[in-house]
Amino acid sequence: MKPSIIFEKIAKVLMYISIATLFLLVVSILATIFIKGGSVITWEMVSSLPGGGFYIGKGGGFLNAIVGSLMVVLSSTAIGLIFSIPVVFYLNIYLKQKSRFAYWVRLALDSLFGIPSIVYGAFAFTVMIYFGMRTSLGGGILVTTILIIPIFIRSMDEVAKNFPQDILEASFSLGATRLETIGIVVRQIAPGIATATLLSIGRAIGDAAGVMYTAGFSDSIPESLSQPAATLPLSIFFQLGAPQIEVQNRAYAAALVLTVIVLILSILGRFITNKFSKNKLK
Amino acid sequence: MIKNFTIFWKKFRNSSRIFLDRFAGKTLLFCSVLILVLVLAMGVGLTLKSIPVLQEISFSELMTGSDWQPFKNKFGFLPFLMGTVYVTLIAVLIALPLSLLSAIFLTEYAHRRIKKYVFPVLDILASLPSVIYGVWGVLVIVPLVSDLTPESYGFSSGYTLLAAGIVAAIMIVPLMVSLFVEVFSTVSQDLRDASFAMGATRWQTAIKVVVKKTLPGIFASVVLAVSRALGETIAILMVCGNMAKVPESLFDACYPLPSLLANNYGEMLSLPIYESALMFAALILFVVVIVFNLVSRLILRKIRE
Repeated sequence: MKPSIIFEKIAKVLMYISIATLFLLVVSILATIFIKGGSVITWEMVSSLPGGGFYIGKGGGFLNAIVGSLMVVLSSTAIGLIFSIPVVFYLNIYLKQKSRFAYWVRLALDSLFGIPSIVYGAFAFTVMIYFGMRTSLGGGILVTTILIIPIFIRSMDEVAKNFPQDILEASFSLGATRLETIGIVVRQIAPGIATATLLSIGRAIGDAAGVMYTAGFSDSIPESLSQPAATLPLSIFFQLGAPQIEVQNRAYAAALVLTVIVLILSILGRFITNKFSKNKLK
Repeated sequence: MIKNFTIFWKKFRNSSRIFLDRFAGKTLLFCSVLILVLVLAMGVGLTLKSIPVLQEISFSELMTGSDWQPFKNKFGFLPFLMGTVYVTLIAVLIALPLSLLSAIFLTEYAHRRIKKYVFPVLDILASLPSVIYGVWGVLVIVPLVSDLTPESYGFSSGYTLLAAGIVAAIMIVPLMVSLFVEVFSTVSQDLRDASFAMGATRWQTAIKVVVKKTLPGIFASVVLAVSRALGETIAILMVCGNMAKVPESLFDACYPLPSLLANNYGEMLSLPIYESALMFAALILFVVVIVFNLVSRLILRKIRE
């Protein structure tokens, strides 16, 4: 056999091994979480607040973390959406395609996207301290919002960038202003907005390092923005660090809850991109 | 009279539409400028915060010292810097071959049907939160590493540099693969066809045409993945062992920068200089990540055009 054919064969085997490794990893991670979590999860864990002696293995659940996470994620997604959509429109409708300013904003967003959430957290923490704020739900929401805005804008931007220029021009030629043209663009990139939203929620709900500094942790459900809030990832982290089996088991259960939420979001996102693109002009 | 009024009304309406359009434009501009300001503010804020510790201890001493005793005013960052560097290095060494082979397979070999199964799997891998990787690392990788520890080393708990590197590697694989796939798909089919026509095998074409042509893109993708690995916090924190000592072997515990930040945020308020030192750590991460990101984004952009 020629050496090139032998190389081809070896390379093929190596590639199959790599792909198989990827599958194996996903199966291993999901199986670990589902089996460990599934065997210990009870209704009490997801439906009740931590009781007395919770962290030494007494009764209670992590409802505080579930509700806290939902509060942080839903508010920051809403605020992020309100802030991001205008920027996307500005970059794509108001500015010319080759605008220098748009270039810099996109570059800044790409850099923000890469900054580790712990750095956001640390920065926000010092700012909060400077203004005399304590760790609170409000702080957590703020940091999570800043964390997801780059993801929001850049993923919507990718969709809006491919928007046919002809439609914009058709709208302008009918006498519509740029602001009025936004209405047409929204209809076209709606699936993109939905996918971006789900993507951001997924990132926001899984982030622990950012809220660690800013939202803090608490055993009760926060009643106002100035009270600290628990979040699921942190609840998993703290409980897993405990020496008692009972507490660790609750961490596995919480990990299961978090994984299920994230998987549902991810599948929903894929579904929306595939199904709801019918309004889109090619 | 009525005619005059209609003309007036139309004029008013049009000018108000134009006013609204311009007003909205200014508001939107403001939002966009805010993003640029945020990046600058973080850089400036972190720098200002790290000045106190820099005044006390020289930059070179901070970066090369390995004595970490915050309450005795000793801030040597070397263990944390080396921890970060080693974890990232191991992560790239593991993730690069795995991702490169997978991406070549996906773009050069795989049938569309196979891609339909692989991409969702990568999606799942990318969407899992850091803390889930941490839990998996503690349950699967840490015991594995503990078992793998050679006899000559003696006992190792498994909470080691190697475990941290493996977990970080797996976390950057989905990013690397998707970047590689994107970069490879910019190579035109003509080049591949020309290579096949000369009698090259698929593997030869993949390496000598596709990979060779996209080397800058591969480099940029790796840099981007590295910057992601640098900042991974919770998952690494859970498996790295957290010992402020420069690791000497794969089976030593390590303590990367993000873990330092995550572990000490409560304690740091007790001393202003301690806070300053931690903000200096955040500044290092911020600068390195921004530079890496800018370099790789600029290269990737060139390639796309």
